[in-house]
Amino acid sequence: MIRAVLPLLLLLMLAGLLWVGLGLDPGRVPSPLIGKPAPAFELPDLERDGETVTEVDISAEGVALFNVWASWCPPCLDEHPLFMALAAREEVPIVGLNYRDQPEAAREWLARHGNPYRRVAADSDGRTGIDWGVYGVPETYVVDGEGIIRYKHVGPIDETILENEIMPLVRELQAGEAP
Amino acid sequence: MKVILLPLLMLLLAAPLLAAAPEEFDDPAKQARYDSMLREMRCLVCQNESLAESPAELARDLRREVARMIREDKPDAEIRAFLIERYGDYVLYRPPLRADTLALWLGPFVILLLALIGAAFYLRRRSRGHKETPLDPAERARLKRLLGEDETS
Repeated sequence: MIRAVLPLLLLLMLAGLLWVGLGLDPGRVPSPLIGKPAPAFELPDLERDGETVTEVDISAEGVALFNVWASWCPPCLDEHPLFMALAAREEVPIVGLNYRDQPEAAREWLARHGNPYRRVAADSDGRTGIDWGVYGVPETYVVDGEGIIRYKHVGPIDETILENEIMPLVRELQAGEAP
Repeated sequence: MKVILLPLLMLLLAAPLLAAAPEEFDDPAKQARYDSMLREMRCLVCQNESLAESPAELARDLRREVARMIREDKPDAEIRAFLIERYGDYVLYRPPLRADTLALWLGPFVILLLALIGAAFYLRRRSRGHKETPLDPAERARLKRLLGEDETS
């Protein structure tokens, strides 16, 4: 009995393993930064000459989204309308990191498609991106009022991710902060 | 024809080198450290390439960072920690041996051991099954009858 069933059982176990493996996205790598303080940086403000943006500016008004984008990145344009709508709702501030981009091109992109960001830091050489573990633009982080990274999404966000993952977390963190 | 083909082929083979654009060192010892370190690191953009061979911009940035740290004589462990802090264990082609990576390291050997045990059982049973047992008189008579019938037909 066992002799007949064993090979079948092994086959099913292997098939199960491969099936699960097939469903995993190798592009999604868990970030070691979650639960850690936002990496420090001091970068030129993309829109205000002579001013700088630091990691403190992200959480200056409490929980915030930190979005890594570039004008050369088509998926960034895909998720852009969501951020525009979110900015209009004024539920949570969005701070941008303009990653490996030409400042003029980035400003032009914002002028054409709209600017949902409270502040934009210009990371022209990508050095700050390395500290944040950026490997696929766009990336979106949730940073709490204490400056701790709570969440990271690699790749463009969509309505489902925003409403089912990001916003519930943002509201939960905001509720925790309220005195 | 060959005159054109050979340089073309050489150019084609050299293309990945151009794309990866490695950093250069004056000190051969540092160069060796840099080269061996990068081969152990995975590029997260194109995950089947190491940092040494990937033409991705992120890989170029990270090569520059690793080169900077090697020039500053930082120990290997510190450079590795720098990358792990940012990108996780995933940057390492050889993950560290820890409680949660135990299955990864020992799994293949456990499976090999199970296979060997299974093979040993199988072979022992098979060799035992081959032992000849003499036929009893009833079987002998049946055999004779069968053979007899065969001869007549």
